[in-house]
Amino acid sequence: MTESITVENLSKRYELGALQEETQLRDQLVRLLRAPFRKRAPKEILWALREVSFKVDEGEVVGIIGRNGAGKSTLLKILSKITYPTSGRVRTRGRVASLLEVGTGFHEELTGRENIYLNGSILGMKKKEVDVKLDAIVEFSGVQRFIDTPIKRYSSGMRLRLGFAVAAHLEPDVLIVDEVLAVGDAAFQKKCISAMQDLRGGGRTVLFVSHNMAAVENLCSRGIWIANGEIRLDGPTHEVIEAYMASFASADSASNEITGVDGRRGSGEILYTRVEFLSTERDLQTVTRCGKSLVIRLHYRANEPIERPSFGVRMYSDMGTLVTDSSTWLHGLDIPLVPAGDGYLDLEIDSLNLLPGRYYLSLWLDSCVIRRIYDALEHAVHLDVEEAPIYGSSRRIDSRYGLVFFPQRWRLDGIGSGPTLEVSPAANA
Amino acid sequence: MGEWFSEIWRSREILYFLAWRDVKVRYKQAVLGVAWAVLQPLFTMVTFTFFFGRLAGIPSDGVPYPLFSYSALLLWTYFSVTLAQVGNSLINNSSLITKIYFPRVLLPAAAAFGGLLDLVVGSVFLIGMLFYYHVTPRWTMLLSPVFVAQTVLLVMGVGMLLAALNVRYRDVKYTIPFLTQIGLFVTPIIYPVTFLPHRFQAWLALNPMTGVTEGFRACLFGGHVDWSVLVCSWIVTLLLLALGSLHFRSAERVFADIV
Repeated sequence: MTESITVENLSKRYELGALQEETQLRDQLVRLLRAPFRKRAPKEILWALREVSFKVDEGEVVGIIGRNGAGKSTLLKILSKITYPTSGRVRTRGRVASLLEVGTGFHEELTGRENIYLNGSILGMKKKEVDVKLDAIVEFSGVQRFIDTPIKRYSSGMRLRLGFAVAAHLEPDVLIVDEVLAVGDAAFQKKCISAMQDLRGGGRTVLFVSHNMAAVENLCSRGIWIANGEIRLDGPTHEVIEAYMASFASADSASNEITGVDGRRGSGEILYTRVEFLSTERDLQTVTRCGKSLVIRLHYRANEPIERPSFGVRMYSDMGTLVTDSSTWLHGLDIPLVPAGDGYLDLEIDSLNLLPGRYYLSLWLDSCVIRRIYDALEHAVHLDVEEAPIYGSSRRIDSRYGLVFFPQRWRLDGIGSGPTLEVSPAANA
Repeated sequence: MGEWFSEIWRSREILYFLAWRDVKVRYKQAVLGVAWAVLQPLFTMVTFTFFFGRLAGIPSDGVPYPLFSYSALLLWTYFSVTLAQVGNSLINNSSLITKIYFPRVLLPAAAAFGGLLDLVVGSVFLIGMLFYYHVTPRWTMLLSPVFVAQTVLLVMGVGMLLAALNVRYRDVKYTIPFLTQIGLFVTPIIYPVTFLPHRFQAWLALNPMTGVTEGFRACLFGGHVDWSVLVCSWIVTLLLLALGSLHFRSAERVFADIV
């Protein structure tokens, strides 16, 4: 097997704070005049990547996963030559196309057709190639009617489809994709995923960054998990995703300690400490079944008295789709003061109308009065919803049938209530 | 350096599309469209003719003053307008720089080439003026594109330097209009070089646009040519081009990080 991408000891260092302050020449002059001999303030240094090495064989489809700020995007930017590494080297073979964004270089004033040419050329297509593929691109995008309209009149969805349509026709040897599937409606995501699967069939090397674990698992044969700028795990997709998911929460799915979860944001005056899934009798609930009740208990620790906070929970599907968002603020609840110390809130759900599957909870704690986020944890814990005979039938109802269900019934009274249609025996024959 | 040029050559279609985009976008939703390319130097010429030609009585080497000033303004307008666009080309396209790789120099180059359309339209008007004033055709007129080419090289040289500096220091953005405003007066546009006292003439020759303007006029109208001014102008142009591209090359590695 020939190697398509070789990455050796790649490191990238960013100097924080140094940038904004130097963009004005004046500031530098002022500093020089004020204290000509003083040394510059030491810059804060961030290693976005540290000694990263791996190889990708031709035709391999590799998923890169990790939390926000782990260094995934920096890695992709170096691989696509947008930015240069501080040390280490990268070798790639063949034509490389990188999609860090859909519709890079689109210009508002230009028409859809003109933007196809512009975007295609920037992504590395020759004009002749675009000429040949134009019809297919327009067809794929589904915006035929507006192809000669300036894209400033397009909806964001149309823009996205047009951008992806161009990208889908690139035919590179190496394709680098960042999270472009995270946007767009479900039908479009499906289309993109199947386009990516075609790429995989075509023997192309693909590097794919996504938070959408289902997509990574479907598309990639190998996973690389990056944490804090280093490779944490590199191996078969399934194993890597499992290990990555396990890092979000403790193994005990009913009572989740989240003190150790990394990748949390916020100022920290008040923090979530634990999430428990309880029954209405407040016993630990180890199995949660669809349609049954559930109490989500959020434990917090306030390091100082907090005025008017809002506690929130967001629930995501394993495909990364936001299922629901609930918070004390949305419910109009006013919490005048949370005294310093530990405590908890219960979110009581009478009927958990989720279809079976794994769901992730993101937790939020922010202020209703000032612009401050005290604590934010993405995908802090997961919740496995088990099957139940929700419609009272013995049919197996799982995630293939959607994310949610509603209390519902079918009425069959209307069948055969209208005038009967004469059916001649000849027509049946 | 060789690799740099071959990569630019391979990506020449991007250059074309970027320049095409700039041109297209410039005149979209402008009722007068490309007529602006003529109107700008035309009105400047009319103003100059009135104030400097008529009222101040500045000489024009025997050429009708409107023709004298318009011919110089044609190149100067290209230089000053395009220099601003080239100088801002990187920061105006920061979303491209941070999202996709292509040779960065294509951005200033596209701005420099995109500006040529205006120059061509303005030249058509100049040819009309040549007929109107019954200027005798001479073979040296065929050499005038040499000075257009020199202006493009000059814009690229200075422009690459400014564009690269602009990424780090936004002060450059404010410096460019200021520079071109002064340039209008230290270039023999309103007046012939001979109008200045002799001791200033040598200093004026250090401004490369002096040689460009003098050479361009000499091609069109004939007359005395000071070769030392032209040689000096080419040397300065090539030095600026070398300086600009060397600085650009060394700075482009960090564009995406700091733009």
